[in-house]
Amino acid sequence: MATTTVTSGPTDFATKLSMYRSQVALRQFETRAYDLFLENLVKGTSHLSLGQEAIAAGFATAMKKDDWTFATYRGHAHTLARGVPMTPVLAELLGRSNGLMAGKGGSMHLTSVEHGVMGSYAIIGAHLPIACGAAWSAQYRGTDQVAVCFFGDGSTNIGSFHEALNLAAIWKLPVIFVCENNLWMEYTRTTEVTSVEHPAADRAVAYGLERIVVDGNDADAVYDVASAALQRARAGEGPSMIEAMTYRHGGHSRADPAKYRPEEEVAEWLAKDPIPRYRSRLLDEGATEEQLSEIEAEVAAQVELATEEAKAGGVPGEDLLMKDVWADGGSSWRN
Amino acid sequence: MAQLTFREAIARGIAQEMRRDESVVFLGEDVGAAGGVFKGTVGLLEEFGGVRVRDTPISEQAILGAAMGAAMTGLRPVAEIMFADFFAVCWDIVANEIAKSRYMTNGQVTFPLVIRSGNGGGLRFGAQHSQSVENWAMMVPGLKVVVPSNAQDVIGLMAASIRDDDPVIFLEAKVLYSTKMDVADGEIVDTLGSAKVLRQGKDATLVALGAMVPKALDAAEELAAAGIDCTVVDVRSLVPLDTTTILREVGATGRLFTVEENPRLCGWGGELASIVSEEIFYDLDGPIVRITTPHIPLPAADALEDLAIPSVERIVTTVTKSMNT
Repeated sequence: MATTTVTSGPTDFATKLSMYRSQVALRQFETRAYDLFLENLVKGTSHLSLGQEAIAAGFATAMKKDDWTFATYRGHAHTLARGVPMTPVLAELLGRSNGLMAGKGGSMHLTSVEHGVMGSYAIIGAHLPIACGAAWSAQYRGTDQVAVCFFGDGSTNIGSFHEALNLAAIWKLPVIFVCENNLWMEYTRTTEVTSVEHPAADRAVAYGLERIVVDGNDADAVYDVASAALQRARAGEGPSMIEAMTYRHGGHSRADPAKYRPEEEVAEWLAKDPIPRYRSRLLDEGATEEQLSEIEAEVAAQVELATEEAKAGGVPGEDLLMKDVWADGGSSWRN
Repeated sequence: MAQLTFREAIARGIAQEMRRDESVVFLGEDVGAAGGVFKGTVGLLEEFGGVRVRDTPISEQAILGAAMGAAMTGLRPVAEIMFADFFAVCWDIVANEIAKSRYMTNGQVTFPLVIRSGNGGGLRFGAQHSQSVENWAMMVPGLKVVVPSNAQDVIGLMAASIRDDDPVIFLEAKVLYSTKMDVADGEIVDTLGSAKVLRQGKDATLVALGAMVPKALDAAEELAAAGIDCTVVDVRSLVPLDTTTILREVGATGRLFTVEENPRLCGWGGELASIVSEEIFYDLDGPIVRITTPHIPLPAADALEDLAIPSVERIVTTVTKSMNT
C-alpha cells in the first residue's frame, strides 16, 4: 500500500495532546452510545466510527473554526471532533428535546452550523456536490473557508461522487474530499465491487488531482495531509482527494455483527488501533503516563455527565412537529 | 410598456434580481455563453460575467448540490434543469436534501434557492422531454412550486421566488416560451401563493395552471358563445396554494373543472377536488371534473401529442357535456 509514511503531526505538543484527547473522547462517547443501544435507549439505527477516530481528530485539529464539515450518517465522530458538546449529541441519539436538533434529525443527520458542521447526509454520495456548493460560495464571497467532505469507500461508486469531483476540479473549488476507506462497503468487500484498488485515490487522478493515500489510523499522518490540502485550498489551488485507510471495529450499523469479516483481518486491524498507537507515540515523545491517564479520566467523567444530562432530557414537544418546514418557522402550504 | 416574449421575461426577471442583490448567482447547462437552449437566459453572462453566471457540465446532481451548498452558506442561487424530465436524475438532491434539511436540523439551515426548468409538452419532443412534472414537486414537503402562465407573471414570480427564503421549483411551460404580451416597465415583484382570477363568469369555474391557462381562457370564450359563462382561475403557485381564492370562485359558480397538463394520477387537481369536497361540498351544484393528460407517457407525433394534452376543444366538450347532464 502506497501510504504516506513520513509524518510529524502538529509541531506544538499541546496540540498533539489535544488530538489525543479528541480521539479518546470519540472512542469513549461511541462506546457509551453502543451501550445505550443495548439498553434500548437509542432507537432506530446508528453507525459507529470506532476504530476510525484518527481521521476525524486529525482533520478537525487542522481545520480553522469557520471551515465546514460535511459528514455522512456515520457522523458522530466528525460532529464531536469539531467541538460540539457531548450532551446534545447523545441527547439527539436518545430522541430528547435537549438533542442537537431537538430530536428531529437523529443519529444520521447531526448538524451544528455554529460549529461548522453543515450536516450529516444519509444518502450515499449526496453531500459531495453539496460541499462543492459551499466551497463555491466561499470562492465567490472571497473568504478563505474550506469545505471538508467525509465519506466512505462505498460512496466512490455512485454518480454524484464523479459529478462532484469533476465540478470541483474545473471550478478549482476550495473543497477537500476525504474517503475513509474501511475496506467494507456495508457487507461487501469494496475491492470486490470496484474496478481499482484505491477507489478514491485512483479515480482522483482521472480528474487531474493528486493521488493521495494516507494511513488513516495515524492522527499525525492525517493531520499532515489535511494541513497541506487545506493550505492548497486556501491558496486557490483547488480541491484535493485524500483516501485514508482505516477499519471500523464494529459492523456497518447497529444491526450488523460483521460476521463476514475474516478473524485474521479484524485482528490485524485491531493491532493498528489508532488510539493505543498514538498513546505510545506520545509517551515516546515525552508525555507522562499521568498526563495521559488524566486526559482519559477527564473524558470518562464528561461521558458520564453527558449520559446523565441526555437521559434527563425531556421528550420533544408536539409544538416541534409542524415547525421549521419553511424559513418562516411554519409548515403551512395553503392559506 | 414593452412587448416581451415569455423567454425574454425569464432573463429580465433573473437580471432584475441579480442587479439588486450580489448574492444572486445563476448556474446550469448551456445557460451562459449559449444563452440557454430555449434562449431564456440571453444576455445574463454578458451583463454579470462568468463568476455569477456559470456554465456547468451535464451533471444535474452537481448543479443542484452546488446550488444547495451555496444557498446554505449565504448565496441565493438560481439553478436551471434544462428539461423538467431530468429532475429524475437529481431528485435525491431535491427531495431528500434540499426539501428535508431545514426540518431535520431543527431550522439550522435555510435554502433560498430557485430551480427553474422547462416543463411539459406541446413541442413534439417525445416522452423523455415533455412530461409535466408539477405533481412530482408538489408532493414533497418542503418545496414551493410556482408555475407562471405569461411573461408579466414570469418576471414578478421569478423575483418573488428569488427573494423567498425557501426552495422554489419554478416550472416554465416550454410551449409558452414564444408567447408575447405587453409587460410593464420597471421593477416587477409578485407574491407567491396568490391565484389570479382572469375571467369572471357565473356558471362554472375552470381552474388551470401554466400552459393550460391560455387554453382555458380560449375555451371560456367558446363556452360563453354557447351560453356557458365561466370563471377562469390561474393557480400560479401550487405550494403555497391560494385556496381562499379558489374556494371562493368555485363556491360562487357551484362547479369546478380543473385543467391539468400532468398525467392523470395524483395530479394537483385531485388535491383540489379533495379540498373543495371537504370544505364547500354543499356549495357544489354538480360533480367536480378533472380534465388532464391521460395516464400515459407523452407520444412524439404531433397528431398523438395533441390528443393527449388537454385541448381547447376537449375543455369545451367536457364542460358542455357535464353542464348539460
